[in-house]
Amino acid sequence: MMSAPAKVPVWRSPRGRAWLFQIVMLAAFIWLALTMYGNTLDNLETRGIGSGFGFLTAEAGFKIGEITGIPLPKGGFLYFLISLGAGLGICRLIAMRLKRKGAPLSTAGTAACLAAGVGLPLVTLYLFRDSVEIARYSASSSYIMALATGLANTLKVTVIGCVASSILGLMVALGRLSPNWLMRTLCRWYVELNRNLPLLLQLFFWYFIVLQQLPGVRQSIDIGGWIFLNKRGLYLPALVPGPGAWAFCAALVLALCGTGLLYKRALGLREKTGRPGRWLLPGLGLVIGLPALAWLASGTPFTLDMPVLKGFNYKGGTGLTPEFTALVVGLTVYVSAFNAEIIRAGIEAVSTGQREAARAIAMNERQVMRIVVLPQAMRVIVPPMTSEYLAIAKNSSLAVAIGYPEFVSIGGTILNQSGQAVEIVGIWMGVYLCISLAISLGMNIYNARIALKER
Amino acid sequence: MNETKMIPDRRPPRTRTGVIGWIRKNLLSPWYNGVLTLVAGWLIWSAAMPFFDWAVRNATITLDPEAAKAGSGAAWGFIREMWPVFMTGVYPEAERWRPLLALGVVVAIVCLSLVHKYRRTKWIRGMWILSPVVVFSLLHGGGITGLPAVGTHYWGGLMLTVTLAVVAMVAAFPISVLLALGRTSKMPIARQFCVAYIELIRGVPLITILFMASVVLPLFLPAGMELDKVLRAMVGITMFFSAYLAENIRGGLQGIARGQYEAADALGMSYWAKVRIIILPQALRIVIPPMVNNFIGILKDTSLVGIVGLVDLLQIAFATTSNPRWFGRLEEAYIFIAFWYWVFCYGLSRYSQHLERKMPSAGK
Repeated sequence: MMSAPAKVPVWRSPRGRAWLFQIVMLAAFIWLALTMYGNTLDNLETRGIGSGFGFLTAEAGFKIGEITGIPLPKGGFLYFLISLGAGLGICRLIAMRLKRKGAPLSTAGTAACLAAGVGLPLVTLYLFRDSVEIARYSASSSYIMALATGLANTLKVTVIGCVASSILGLMVALGRLSPNWLMRTLCRWYVELNRNLPLLLQLFFWYFIVLQQLPGVRQSIDIGGWIFLNKRGLYLPALVPGPGAWAFCAALVLALCGTGLLYKRALGLREKTGRPGRWLLPGLGLVIGLPALAWLASGTPFTLDMPVLKGFNYKGGTGLTPEFTALVVGLTVYVSAFNAEIIRAGIEAVSTGQREAARAIAMNERQVMRIVVLPQAMRVIVPPMTSEYLAIAKNSSLAVAIGYPEFVSIGGTILNQSGQAVEIVGIWMGVYLCISLAISLGMNIYNARIALKER
Repeated sequence: MNETKMIPDRRPPRTRTGVIGWIRKNLLSPWYNGVLTLVAGWLIWSAAMPFFDWAVRNATITLDPEAAKAGSGAAWGFIREMWPVFMTGVYPEAERWRPLLALGVVVAIVCLSLVHKYRRTKWIRGMWILSPVVVFSLLHGGGITGLPAVGTHYWGGLMLTVTLAVVAMVAAFPISVLLALGRTSKMPIARQFCVAYIELIRGVPLITILFMASVVLPLFLPAGMELDKVLRAMVGITMFFSAYLAENIRGGLQGIARGQYEAADALGMSYWAKVRIIILPQALRIVIPPMVNNFIGILKDTSLVGIVGLVDLLQIAFATTSNPRWFGRLEEAYIFIAFWYWVFCYGLSRYSQHLERKMPSAGK
């Protein structure tokens, strides 16, 4: 008869040990956190610094060189957000219903989705157009407004940097794949040079060397009398919305949606009957006609505000500060080198058999690229590209070194003024975590759509 | 009658082979390729010619700033005069032999390690383990060495950049191994800790971590305990890179077949024996190339310490050009600094490509 296995004491079994280890770890962590908390309180007391976030509502009192307006979540704007959420929700419901039925998204379904997703928020925005307030920072605003302005500046740079570096990266990648030896070599060295130099060095190069060599205000480089470039920045004509701007924009959006619908229908028709559906001409008519009608009905939508030399600088128009220009150019050039390598690797990952097969069924080169190669390359490209976009968002914080007032730089100013180091660093980290999460969430949804469906 | 005549073999047309053929094939045909060649040529020409004029043709190498001012090109005399400063920052002039000696020691050990005969011997490992102590006591001095102490606030330039990068890499390595193991382990609390740390650090910019290390970290410490400025930056960079390195190593851990774990369990190995003898050696071998890339990242990102007030290789540019003798020679300084960063980073990236070719990938 077999004797029952000897009972292993808890502290000798792997499970027991694992738990013991984790409890010790948790205890050590809690002890460390409490000690640090106590130390911090002591240190703050000796330095005479208060704690808590109350200081955020105090008056900031400093100027910000570049101010992006922020729509304030007040009254009508809240309704807009709600209607946007409701519209998107209705879209999702319609899509799910159709999916359950097994029917593809029909024209009627698309129209309903568009009406709900785009129309509803637009109507709300139009109804409450007076209560959407664009707040602009001034020195008497609170610290919160200063931080919000910094965040808006960060987001502006991030969005522009992502788009521009993708386009430039695509161009360099195509250059590296080109059969032309000179072009290939040039693009290779572009990548090698940019990838192996620190971003901060490049930012300094653009800011302190390239932009400083531009002429002064009076000797501005004049491009067609519209665009002026000098040491103080780049000056462009600005679009000033007139009374008819709302109607014009709404008409444009409607026309674009209509053209999209027409295109979809034409594609469907071609698939069913084999005859090419017509969509280009009616679509063009829509895109030109509707806004033109709106223009006639409600007056000039936009007027141009030209930059004019007055006194010591240009007045009017929109100006891009040298800090902004240097940051965007530096970020774009640096990241485009990485993007180019990602895109090239993605295109090279599509096996040559795919291209050959596509050519064998008589596709032309453009179709091979658009229908066969790019969709497959995208699967390889999107995940690493996501981390590059995240890197742009994070690296825009280097602007603190050249004085572009983005989130970290403004936070740093507040830190120097108020001494609230723990709170400011906490806010920085929280906000950047949110930005990172938002970007990776969006890109993951996109990735899930294009990823290979394996069963 | 109906005699067929052999046609003698002919050489290919001269325009299809040799230099002409290569140029035709690679640069000129089809026609749009020719246009591309022209565009690329124009780009290279318009960038390279002004640079050549500035850096070579009109450049001066005189040590006299007044004579250099007369020329329209680069004044390389500035670099000639300042280059010890670029290398070591404000390290006292009389003591500069010490960083040089330390460099010599490291180079000697590296050279010895490259000789195949000595590579795996015990004493060379001992020298590697001992080298940080030797280098630190040479650079810092004081204590039992009998050398005059040179505090870290005198360290700067390339020396500081390389020191920060190497220390961060060496210190981040064990932390990241533990983090990676924790993230892949089955213990729920430990795993959550590691995930939280890695994602938190990877989600924020390095600058905020450096600010945290330089401004907030002193608040966490008990009163009276002071941390050196350079040490604080090292802590920040190490925290940052251990998260990134941990993700690399996790990739290596995931690349190991389950059978390896099961075989170790079947032998009755304890967790740590399994990890130390079976898992880690294989996992680390796979991730050496990405780890080299990570090191390139550290080297480049150490340039951010300038923002929290250290004078590394990049910030030396501002320090040297504010010297009244050579005021505003920023271009030369940047070219010189860029050269060093580029040589290091490009060299390392070639090395990692070489490793990638040499290493058998996982599962083969």
